[in-house]
Amino acid sequence: MKTPVVLVTGFLGSGKTTLISELLARPELGDTAVIVNELGDVGIDHHLLRRVDERTVLLASGCVCCALRGDLADELRDLLDRRDAGEIPQFRRVVVETTGVADPTPIVNTLLSDPLVPHHYTLDTVVATVDGMHGLRGSESVKQVAAADTLVLTKPDLAEPVSLDALERELEALNPTAPALRVAFGNVEPELLLRGPEHDLERLPTSPSVEGEHAHEIHAVCLVLDEEVDWVAFGIWLTMLLQARGADVLRVKGLLDTGGEGPLLVNCVQHAVHPPVHLHGWPDEDHRSRLVVIGRGFTGEELEASLRAFCGAACPG
Amino acid sequence: MCSLCGVMSKEHWAELGDGRRARVFRAALLDRVLSQFGLSVAAWAGSYVVRDAKGGAAVVSDLGALWVEAERLAGRPLDPLDPGLLATLSA
Repeated sequence: MKTPVVLVTGFLGSGKTTLISELLARPELGDTAVIVNELGDVGIDHHLLRRVDERTVLLASGCVCCALRGDLADELRDLLDRRDAGEIPQFRRVVVETTGVADPTPIVNTLLSDPLVPHHYTLDTVVATVDGMHGLRGSESVKQVAAADTLVLTKPDLAEPVSLDALERELEALNPTAPALRVAFGNVEPELLLRGPEHDLERLPTSPSVEGEHAHEIHAVCLVLDEEVDWVAFGIWLTMLLQARGADVLRVKGLLDTGGEGPLLVNCVQHAVHPPVHLHGWPDEDHRSRLVVIGRGFTGEELEASLRAFCGAACPG
Repeated sequence: MCSLCGVMSKEHWAELGDGRRARVFRAALLDRVLSQFGLSVAAWAGSYVVRDAKGGAAVVSDLGALWVEAERLAGRPLDPLDPGLLATLSA
């Protein structure tokens, strides 16, 4: 059985370590190993997590997303070796905390594409913390939100309710697939964060997005298709889209009606694509295909016209 | 798995569980798409052969590698939102 990995990302000072520390204090999460990525020479966050030092690995002096992807894979393999050799206690899951300035995409890619890591680990979910007081902080912060399955709005006790509401609307427009939880002092039920990629699928919009003003250059568009989607055509379309516009397509997540009893769950973070999963049933009564694409440089109408043309070419008439 | 660099010892996500029939069907659809860019595609021995009009060719094992080679042979980005392509596919 593969060990689930939880990736926790979020901008500097947005409360990642507080969240992880509080989660690890829960008895049900005691069997968790933690990998912390720190910039600089002194791994402060590492020391905050010393309660689990024995199973905490510090990747020092570099950003895990751009310089240490090999190290991340090495550390994950090393954890397994040490566990199997009895050098560290058994663990049932791994939490990877990124640096605050990390683009999580290459980390996701490492977890999905390394020659060995995917045989032993499965990327369960991506959690992004967002500072409830200061909101999104630059392009990396936006990428972190786009990659997330769940958003954690930290410091809600310090933020004005009105600005917190506005931030929630901003996040909804940026990533409508991810629920946003208001969490003070890291106090959240773990099952709300650690539910795997198949939770909250009913959040996927069932109506096409309406083009309009966006707070960010990056925004989400929602495609809804009434007819069955040809899987071969979809695979060609998405791989071509990611090759041509990969830098501008931050996230694709959706449910496809490919003619089976349940939908096919598609989930990718830029070029990193989770293996598609056939679900037993739809999350609600609406059985139409729905796809959220987060990025820039395209409209929902353009994407939908293109996908329809590919599917139409596969099933003429 | 990375859609661009292929999957390193694993099947490509878009081709999981493929049989020969699916691969031939995919090659035919790819051929129609890439004809817009002056290229052709055929399924061959579990791979795809991409050719240009000047005799250039590449053999690739999966979709991820195919787009890299097709773009190289075409000498330009192959955009699925290209209006000309959509008109060809819809004809």
